[in-house]
Amino acid sequence: MSFINIFKTDATRRVALSAGHVVPDSSRCVQCGICTYNCPIGIDVRAHAWMGEAIKHSECLTCGECVARCPRGVLRFERTDLFTDGAK
Amino acid sequence: MRYIVIGSGVAGVAAIEAIRSNGKAGEIVMVGDDPHGFYSRPGLAYFLTGELHDKALFPRTREDYARLNFKFQKGRVTKLLPTEKAIALDGKTYLSYDKLLIAVGAQAMPLAVPGANLEGVVKLDHLEDARRILKFARRGKTAVVVGGGITALELAEGLLSRGVKVHYLLRGDRYWSNVLDEYESRIIERRLQEEGVTLHFHTELAEIMGKSRVNGLRLTDGRTMRCDILAYAIGIKPRAELARDAGLSVDRGILTNEYLQTNDENIFAAGDVAQVFDPATGRSVIDSLWHLARDQGHTAGLNMTGERQTYVRNTPFNVTRLAGLTTTIIGSVGQGHDEDIVGIARGDSETFRQLPDAIVAQSGFDVNRVRLMVGEKTLLGAVVMGDQTISTPLQRIVRDGMDITSMRDKLLARDAKIADVVVDFWSKYKAN
Ligand SMILES: Cc1cc2nc3c(=O)[nH]c(=O)nc-3n(C[C@H](O)[C@H](O)[C@H](O)COP(=O)(O)OP(=O)(O)OC[C@H]3O[C@@H](n4cnc5c(N)ncnc54)[C@H](O)[C@@H]3O)c2cc1C
Repeated sequence: MSFINIFKTDATRRVALSAGHVVPDSSRCVQCGICTYNCPIGIDVRAHAWMGEAIKHSECLTCGECVARCPRGVLRFERTDLFTDGAK
Repeated sequence: MRYIVIGSGVAGVAAIEAIRSNGKAGEIVMVGDDPHGFYSRPGLAYFLTGELHDKALFPRTREDYARLNFKFQKGRVTKLLPTEKAIALDGKTYLSYDKLLIAVGAQAMPLAVPGANLEGVVKLDHLEDARRILKFARRGKTAVVVGGGITALELAEGLLSRGVKVHYLLRGDRYWSNVLDEYESRIIERRLQEEGVTLHFHTELAEIMGKSRVNGLRLTDGRTMRCDILAYAIGIKPRAELARDAGLSVDRGILTNEYLQTNDENIFAAGDVAQVFDPATGRSVIDSLWHLARDQGHTAGLNMTGERQTYVRNTPFNVTRLAGLTTTIIGSVGQGHDEDIVGIARGDSETFRQLPDAIVAQSGFDVNRVRLMVGEKTLLGAVVMGDQTISTPLQRIVRDGMDITSMRDKLLARDAKIADVVVDFWSKYKAN
């Protein structure tokens, strides 16, 4: 695999966002609030990032908006069901 | 028991959370002179570019604060009286404490050139500073930025995104020369130019001109430039005067032991103002990093309640955007002196410049670049630009001092595909 290939493009990342939840790395977070500001349904993603808690909010659409907008790579998407292929 | 916390930044808030998390009763008073209380200081950069509304910078609601059960007292602490165990507020009111935390942060180094007090000369410490910048940007056409590090670029890009023409003056021959290597500096400089910033190397400000408002400046070589805004970020200085005047031990910042305690057992210090002893290296260092300020505030808060927790310093790192490029700096990556910064800058750590005995491994081109400082058995530092897929693994590998023997040769091989090697190492580690 070449250097460039291991980096997924945004498009493939979006496809992967299908079954799971958003998980923060609180040590990277500076509480700027871009995630909360951009959440289409108003989840306080930033508060989860402070606590280091996954966003297991029943209304989370896993749309990936917060993941894509965070300027510091705090948020990533984690699949809940390891036995399904998230890329399908 | 009465706890007083001076400063409403992240260190102060983390300390109060820690005091309460311990289930400790007692009265807590937070004293702060920023009328806006606690907000994300790094987020000010995104407010400048317009990516955020300023209301979004505030992480906490009134209810959150009510749960923590403390009193916020607006005001400036003007004196510490350690013998009386009291502080003076605005030179008149006195408040007594049993345990005190000094978490007053750092402030921008002032510009020492004639004209530095003119209207239109701006810096970026507070929300009010950011609002002032936006006010000038609405009327201004041309801005000149001086200084270095992250904040200089945040100023340049903030102004640029508001339609202001930006000139960036650098004293030396490249950007952030004591943290980035030459290749990385050039990547950032080229991107800045593409964004529309005009760079001027080997250029030094001598005087800011204008009657009451800035209208231009003179350089040390005699040339003049017209501008309406002069933005500076030449480094920061811990606000250590209160402590120094009170006879506490102060070096570059307020000196503390590994428990965040000063030489007065009832007084603690944390965050940007503190110069904290690190038992692992035997050094006392200053950081200006959000995550370390939070960690320090947390440990200080616990210890104020009578615990004895050692502050374990996480590897300093910063994820930031330089000229639109996400960049992570982990551990020790550079050395020497940057002519554009005095001392330390925002989002900076003294550790970044303690270049270890290491071999450099690097790969990448243009936007995706990785540079690793490869030690005997461990990785000592890393710079990751562009895609951040491997930055979290690298942060852990450096922080935990993981044994990298199994990938060391591959990393140092000619034309090594470093990112692939790291991903491979990390997947194997995760699988075990
Ligand atoms: C523009 C900018 C960009 C940054 N970028 C990054 C970044 O990319 N990454 C990163 O990790 N960090 C970054 N930082 C640094 C980070 O914000 C600081 O490390 C952190 O805020 C330090 O927290 P603190 O609580 O120690 O101090 P502060 O947040 O500075 O809070 C100190 C508080 O004390 C108050 N105070 C001061 N003196 C007195 C007094 N005498 N009486 C009463 N109150 C007083 C001040 O008003 C202030 O509210 C940035 C900071 C700025 C300003």
